[in-house]
Amino acid sequence: MLGIIDYGMGNLFSVSKALERMNVPYFISENSKDLMKADGLILPGVGSFKDAMEQLDKLGLTSMIKEYVQLGKPLLGICLGMQLLFEESEENGLTKGLQLLPGTVRRFSGVNTEGSPYKVPHMGWNQLNLVQPSPILQGLKGDYVYFVHSYYVETSHTEVVIANSIYDVVVPAIVGRGNIYGMQFHPEKSSVLGMELLRSFTELVNERMGVS
Amino acid sequence: MLTKRIIPCLDVKEGRVVKGIQFVQLRDAGDPVELACFYDEQGADELVFLDISASVEGRKTMVEVVRSVASQLAIPFTVGGGINSLEDMKRILRAGADKVSLNTAAVNDPNLITEGAKFFGSQCIVVAVDAKYDTELGSWRVYTHGGRTPSEWEVIAWAEEVVKLGAGEILLTSMDSDGEKKGFDLALTKAVSEAVSIPVIASGGAGNAEHFASAFLDGKADAALAASIFHYKETSVLEVKAYLKEKGVPVR
Repeated sequence: MLGIIDYGMGNLFSVSKALERMNVPYFISENSKDLMKADGLILPGVGSFKDAMEQLDKLGLTSMIKEYVQLGKPLLGICLGMQLLFEESEENGLTKGLQLLPGTVRRFSGVNTEGSPYKVPHMGWNQLNLVQPSPILQGLKGDYVYFVHSYYVETSHTEVVIANSIYDVVVPAIVGRGNIYGMQFHPEKSSVLGMELLRSFTELVNERMGVS
Repeated sequence: MLTKRIIPCLDVKEGRVVKGIQFVQLRDAGDPVELACFYDEQGADELVFLDISASVEGRKTMVEVVRSVASQLAIPFTVGGGINSLEDMKRILRAGADKVSLNTAAVNDPNLITEGAKFFGSQCIVVAVDAKYDTELGSWRVYTHGGRTPSEWEVIAWAEEVVKLGAGEILLTSMDSDGEKKGFDLALTKAVSEAVSIPVIASGGAGNAEHFASAFLDGKADAALAASIFHYKETSVLEVKAYLKEKGVPVR
């Protein structure tokens, strides 16, 4: 069964409703022992990086998540949940993340290279460009997905970027390495393609269960 | 490329969708969940639900409406109307709404914007601004209580203030244009959109697809909202988007 990590920082309702619409069984928990038993984990999240890491630390979930992915079990971070997978964030002072993927979380500058201002947060539907084959993209084509964020991941390790979007800078939109995945946009709010991506993740979880 | 958003707005009273013409006349236009799914299929980018119930019962019904909409809809939606405290915000957001919109309460207690933004993040906090041109002021004035009460605030100053307080988006309604179907107030929209660093939703006055194009091309809006022209099928989200595409406005 899928586990949704409840650390007080996410709109768990919309993610869980999306899974219900697909008839995917799940449970919501903040308990590290219960979450360890999940076949796959979703780390949602909205709000600030620093608060999120503090909450994860407080609940003993930081070490649990690291242990969990070392077992090869699938993890999907959504929005802030994706940013948390990286090394550190400059939101409210430098904060260490889960350090599962290489990169730093930075704020959109709000001014482009020509000196013109642009809106922050990056809010709305943006084109998803598929830049690297990945099991999570199987059979899918690029379309628009829904973003809401003021910070983005900057990484020189392009091998972890599966899809991107352009908003002044290149914004890593789907990231992944091995069993670890992240989506900067909200798949649960991204209409048809969003639901397909969530289904794709659940299929990866099922496939892994099938072979183990 | 980030696209411009088309947002149908549904006024909800005691669990049913209605639309106020210039905030006074009301007409019944259907079931919220059914309409929400209809607009999703039509390609709406987001939805706004405005709770205009006056009673405590109506407010409770709204939480139920939010819950049913959230369980069916795979696009984001905002709920406004009657949100006066952090508790109200929690109630609506926990029922599954993506954003809450504050209007009168934000003017009365600007700290509420900051509290909400700290608790849920700025992206959840929309400040709705009802604006009406004031010749004495030589600019637009912010109104509260559904457009009945003039406030002390001039619109641009207030817009700049709400950004500082932590708002993530501004829903800007022109009271002069609302219900007239003669187009969005482009001067107002442009003035606010250029003054702030956060997205601005233009509202009030949409009568046809051309009006949306002007809101984006001339008004510099990030999104545009309309109600009755969609509800009464005078045009559709599909038609508006096809027109925008023709005019070179990026849409989904």
